[in-house]
Amino acid sequence: MNIKVLGGGCKSCEALLRSAKEAVANKGIDAEIEYITDMEKIMNFGVMSMPALMVDDKTVSAGKVLKAKEVEKFLR
Amino acid sequence: MWEFIQDEILGMKRLSSLIGRLLTAVGIDVNTRIGGSVQFFLYDVIKITVLLCVLIFLISNIQSFFPPERSRKIMGRFHGIGANIVGALLGTVTPFCSCSSIPIFMGFTSAGLPLGVTFSFLISSPMVDLGSLVLLMSIFGLKIAIAYVILGLIIAVIGGTLIEKLHMEDQIADFIRNSNSSVNIEAPDLTVKDRLIYARDQVTSTFKKVFPYILIGVGIGALIHNWIPESWIQTILGSSNPFGVILATIIGVPMYADIFGTIPVAEALLAKGALLGTILSFMMAVTTLSLPSLIMLKKAIKPKLLGTFIAICMVGIIIVGYGFNVFQNLLI
Repeated sequence: MNIKVLGGGCKSCEALLRSAKEAVANKGIDAEIEYITDMEKIMNFGVMSMPALMVDDKTVSAGKVLKAKEVEKFLR
Repeated sequence: MWEFIQDEILGMKRLSSLIGRLLTAVGIDVNTRIGGSVQFFLYDVIKITVLLCVLIFLISNIQSFFPPERSRKIMGRFHGIGANIVGALLGTVTPFCSCSSIPIFMGFTSAGLPLGVTFSFLISSPMVDLGSLVLLMSIFGLKIAIAYVILGLIIAVIGGTLIEKLHMEDQIADFIRNSNSSVNIEAPDLTVKDRLIYARDQVTSTFKKVFPYILIGVGIGALIHNWIPESWIQTILGSSNPFGVILATIIGVPMYADIFGTIPVAEALLAKGALLGTILSFMMAVTTLSLPSLIMLKKAIKPKLLGTFIAICMVGIIIVGYGFNVFQNLLI
């Protein structure tokens, strides 16, 4: 499973990254987490609201800081 | 009726006298400088905190209807100056954190929205938001609040239109212009429950983020309120200084603060005889332009456009400031 956290490096983006890491640890699954701050790359994903979360290259959340519990729901 | 709302609900006059009585009861004389500062500080912190929580909750509900994806679509339906006006209006209700300004800029540009419309949106978004409208009403009254919002929107519309007329499309960072991504993600449909949860989360996160600024802002306000001689403020920011507005704008631009933090400072300055326009210029300058946001924007646009953007905002803010100073008597 591949998880991407997209953001400009601000506080809320880092909070989402933490939640994602926590969620993966809680679930005990084998997932790779990428933290993408390169605007060029972000743009190619077509997401406008930061921070955003992608699971297996599908945008599942944008413009929201999710808690670990909420991230877990997307990790099936 | 309106006076009741103005004084008791928005202004919370009773809270001030209650705090005064409580302080007297514990042996602090509110007529002394220190006592007065403590009263101002407690009153303002409580008032702004309550207003902030209620406002953010209501506003987040409205905002949840206008994610950037939908705003982009709405703006795409309008043309000419109409698009700028819609852009400026949507800027006031579309929620985004400062680090989203570039993705939004890119998203708008790559969707083919005119540069000027995007800028109308980007100017009005930090300068005029619904929260500032109600806070301004609470402190300065209805007329000033409405005048502030309207003038802010006018700056956004004119600023955007000017940038359009200058044809600076070549000033957008190359990677944005050359990209041909036109991914269209639909905004998800939200239920009433989703919106309420969103609003609640917004209240908690905004409160955590903004509270230190409120404390600092009110602290500075309390200092000004009771310790700085009126004559100083009148000399620098009052009618005797013709450059007060320009000075206030230049000082305000690099500063980064939330509107909730700037208002107590503004309130105290006004009470001390600073001119209204000078104060409003300061507030607009602080909220609209700040070093962090300019550094962000620098990644997406080239220096010439960035400079034009800063210049247009500053000139607009300065004109508004002098305008308010001239018409101050009609509004207060």
